[in-house]
Amino acid sequence: MTATGQACIVGIGETAYCRKPGSGLSQMALQLKAALAAIADAGLKASQIDGIMPFPNLGKAEALAANLGCADLRFAATINMGGAAPVASLRMAAMAVTSGAADYVLVPGGWNGYSGERVRETSAGDDDSIPGAQIARDYYMPYGYTAPPQWYALMARRHMHEFGTTAEQLGAVALAMRGHAQLNPAAMMCGKPMTMADYLASPMISDPYRLLDCCLETDGAAAFVVTSAERARDLAQRPVKVLGAAAGQPYPADEITNRREFHRIGLTSAAAEAFRQAGVTPGDADFAEIYDCFTFEVIQQIEEAGFCARGEGGAFVENGGISLGGRLPVNTHGGLLSHAHSLGLGHVVEAVRQLRGVAGARQVKDAEIGVVTGWGDFGDGSIAILGR
Amino acid sequence: MKDPFIGCKRPLPLMKGLAKEFYDWCRQGELRFQRCKQCGSFRHVPREICADCSSFDWEWVRSSGAGTVYTWTVVERALHPAFLQAVPYAPVVVEMAEGVRLVSRIIDCPPEDLRIGMPVRVEFEAVSEDISLPCFRRT
Repeated sequence: MTATGQACIVGIGETAYCRKPGSGLSQMALQLKAALAAIADAGLKASQIDGIMPFPNLGKAEALAANLGCADLRFAATINMGGAAPVASLRMAAMAVTSGAADYVLVPGGWNGYSGERVRETSAGDDDSIPGAQIARDYYMPYGYTAPPQWYALMARRHMHEFGTTAEQLGAVALAMRGHAQLNPAAMMCGKPMTMADYLASPMISDPYRLLDCCLETDGAAAFVVTSAERARDLAQRPVKVLGAAAGQPYPADEITNRREFHRIGLTSAAAEAFRQAGVTPGDADFAEIYDCFTFEVIQQIEEAGFCARGEGGAFVENGGISLGGRLPVNTHGGLLSHAHSLGLGHVVEAVRQLRGVAGARQVKDAEIGVVTGWGDFGDGSIAILGR
Repeated sequence: MKDPFIGCKRPLPLMKGLAKEFYDWCRQGELRFQRCKQCGSFRHVPREICADCSSFDWEWVRSSGAGTVYTWTVVERALHPAFLQAVPYAPVVVEMAEGVRLVSRIIDCPPEDLRIGMPVRVEFEAVSEDISLPCFRRT
């Protein structure tokens, strides 16, 4: 990242999210719908987009550009960090627009995550699916260690052992997201409140993860547009500034079990770098949109981002700590757990809404600084500190 | 107890490159890990060079076979078709005396008996004519 605040998010767009009977649109059409909404929100024409950063494995920049009429595409890249890609792409887009490599960068993502291929079944059997796929095939899959809830459950179990993190603390994360979804009419789980008893009674998927520890599988797409602070002045919306942004990887990133520091993830170093760039501390954040593929990953990222010390995340999320009105409202839209599985793009979109002050019933009062994170593959991480 | 993997067509390693060398030792009933000949550090999964000293010189060194349970999960909902009939089963991470860790399973151990720190010892299970996988038993 270059100078703080020199890049901005100027447009956001989303489709509706759904499960049954499915979107009825192709994966590409979904993404184009969200992209056009984001471009229009910015007050731009599609032909002005000259940079595109597609989500890994969900589409090619060339095809997106051809559909959108981007006749002068001069910057295209995909960051292979799974769910950490959108925020890592935001960081690279910021670098691109401040360096002059592109003027307006589109970051889209979307899928038929319910009616199409279900991610829970796309275990690491395909060598290209994730960076650690070959290792998973040779050393994990023969033991039935095949899919994301299982990968991360091992981390959660070890954390529970070392720090005394409890099932009820994992449940507190699920409840907080569900509570926020009640305030968001666009959330899949709006109108479906949940109690701790509901959480504890939900069937075990991969111990310690119950069904209600797991994110939703939905159809839908989202997108955002990044440009320089200078160009942002002439556009339709109040720009949201990128104050700091970074990405990082655990070590080794392609193998989960042989990490000398088992709980260190990509976010650990990335968060320190992003807060340093922004010149603020975690305590300055008014809210955080934290990639919540599973409940424990929220606790772990809260710790590794520095909102509390490692091992204290369980206590941090209890007693309304991450609900609106708590010390750090997290996933004010409901997150992947209760809003929709928007691949982490929805977290960026929500952060922008909060900083524009248009989040309605779930608005964080006087929100000035927001944090958004991404998590992907075997613990890759990304983070952006955004300001209004 | 009944072995949850009986009758289960487990996905098997591709048996190429260093993975083939690792599993060929297992076929002979030996758990071996790479050890750097320059700095002496063990590593797993197999890699081309030593991440500590960059040396290309390494050897397969026989493990003592002893380890402890580092962490685990109990899979109650299979997320791969091969394991639909196998649930519940428990992928386990074993930390070996040599310091490396590997994903495996503990045979003759119901999931509710699993404890972090539990001492275990390696055994091998033939899963095809050519392939044996390391597994563990409580000691």
